[in-house]
Amino acid sequence: MSATAPTFAAAPDLPGILPVPKERGRIAGFIYRNPTIAVGGFLVAVMILMAIFAPYLGTRDPTALAPAKRTREPSALYWFGSDMLGRDVYSRVLYGARVSLMVGFSVAFCASIVGTTIGLCAGFIRGLDAIVMRVMDGLMSIPPILLAIALMALTRASVQNVIIAISIAEFPRVCRLVRGVVLSLREQPYVEAAIASGTRVPVIIWKHILPNTLAPLMVQATFICASAMITEATLSFIGAGTPPIIPSWGNIMAEGRALWQVKPYIVFFPAIFLSITVLAVNLLGDGLRDALDPRLAKRL
Amino acid sequence: MTVDRPLLEVNDLKKHFPIHGGLLGGVTAKVHAVDGVSFDIRRGETLSLVGESGCGKSTVGKAILRLFKLTDGEVRLDGERIDNMPASKLRMMRKRVQVVFQDPFSSLNPRMRVRDILAEPLINFGMVHGRRDVTEKVETLMDKVRLPRDAINRFPHEFSGGQRQRIGIARALAPGADLIICDEAVSALDVSVKAQIINLLADLQDELGLALLFISHDLATVEHLTHRVAVMYLGKIVELTDRRTLFAQSHHPYTRALLSAVPVPDPTALRNRIILKGDVPSPINPPSGCRFHTRCPFVYDRCRVEEPLLRSVGHGHLSACHLDEVPGGQVVPRAA
Repeated sequence: MSATAPTFAAAPDLPGILPVPKERGRIAGFIYRNPTIAVGGFLVAVMILMAIFAPYLGTRDPTALAPAKRTREPSALYWFGSDMLGRDVYSRVLYGARVSLMVGFSVAFCASIVGTTIGLCAGFIRGLDAIVMRVMDGLMSIPPILLAIALMALTRASVQNVIIAISIAEFPRVCRLVRGVVLSLREQPYVEAAIASGTRVPVIIWKHILPNTLAPLMVQATFICASAMITEATLSFIGAGTPPIIPSWGNIMAEGRALWQVKPYIVFFPAIFLSITVLAVNLLGDGLRDALDPRLAKRL
Repeated sequence: MTVDRPLLEVNDLKKHFPIHGGLLGGVTAKVHAVDGVSFDIRRGETLSLVGESGCGKSTVGKAILRLFKLTDGEVRLDGERIDNMPASKLRMMRKRVQVVFQDPFSSLNPRMRVRDILAEPLINFGMVHGRRDVTEKVETLMDKVRLPRDAINRFPHEFSGGQRQRIGIARALAPGADLIICDEAVSALDVSVKAQIINLLADLQDELGLALLFISHDLATVEHLTHRVAVMYLGKIVELTDRRTLFAQSHHPYTRALLSAVPVPDPTALRNRIILKGDVPSPINPPSGCRFHTRCPFVYDRCRVEEPLLRSVGHGHLSACHLDEVPGGQVVPRAA
């Protein structure tokens, strides 16, 4: 490094220093590296398929009454038994999956969209930040279930309103997360370099900020999905959620509650399905977090 | 615009960062990061800004880039004020002033391919038309920084630190800038790679007539590529002169202390190291008078009350010290 600078040869090609990974099929390799994602994803997929194809899985009309065949034990005819109005619990549980999954995914989606939008604005517009974040603190200080009950009390019972109410209760968490990520990303040299390169703010948000918030956002969304399903079931259980004519896991449990000491299966089956689904979604979220967070990644 | 007007003029630049606190984030104090800094850079010239960490040298760079608004002062590019330029004109100004950052890992978006990173400024300034043109221009940039052309479809994490820094330099070259601000551009690299990058910058300067503002804390690095050096201490320039004068006849006690800290690759060399006492004072509440008076070995009463101005002590040599205030700008003897 002196005044007579040497001329430069082109930098040599990047060497293939990475060890050759053990040969596995693409799917086998994925399962090997991400067992939690595989298990969680598989269970969630089973639940989704079950909800979609409920009419073809040996079910009958989940609302058909049969007073003469009330409270039958599980049998070949009634796989999960029948409830106090003679309705088939198996059919009701399968159709109930539709409500739970729809509420879970819709809330995760709506809360993510709203939370991300507000979080991006709060992170980017300094003046907005203090005010918006204090409002979010206020919303988060109310237990989500109480907030959802209060909101449901203001509206008619419908699945749509349940989704809106739970989304309102959940979105401040997304907002807080996104705002935090944006605050750290906007100080990144590559964002400053983009500003210096004349990139406009919307493009910076779209190309530099948003893609880098996606990983934590996806993880948060799965946890919100799981928590929304529990909230929906709770709301329905206390009669402030899905209207009673639509079978949902919370409704089925609520109706079986009076009989649960003598006919526990009416409560047992929807509860098991709810638990497995929530567990599956949480496993998926955990797996995604491990796979997407480079600091926790065990592999290159 | 006259012929010998400098490319960049910085006059009395000030940047104070508010410290927010309390429930709704009111301003509770101010960090005087840069407090009245003036210098200029000619075309094709390298000016180095040196000083300890926290002295405000990076803030000067970011202020010139207009990454934030100035508290006070003016910045002129080719005589035109850019510090208060409206957003619409500012974008086109950005084409002429580019930056290379210190950390080659966080200065490139991990989710973008090299091709897209380099294409971004080209597209922003409307310098390319169509995909083929983009590829062609990006490949030319890769040639300029001596990286293989076929690497353009890779992600930043597939490169080494030195290679990433070359990508950063290529991005700065992309819009055809007149001035590149190298904010500690080689500090994060190991010695051999550092030398390569410095040589690359020197070559590019010769080739393209670039002006460089080289921000560094390392005088040894600066010595190899700079024309002039400005030494900063706590948000102010304390000495500004050409390289030869700085390394041979520096005036300011702080500059001498800095120079004495430069490692000499000769273990037998007799060295007279000046060890400064204490820490750099807080820029939230800078010392009265001369900002260096709390650590200066030659301090006397006047330093505590009166702030020394930056004045000429020789041809193109500015220094801010009361000890220099002698008729004819005589060099003050080293031992006071």
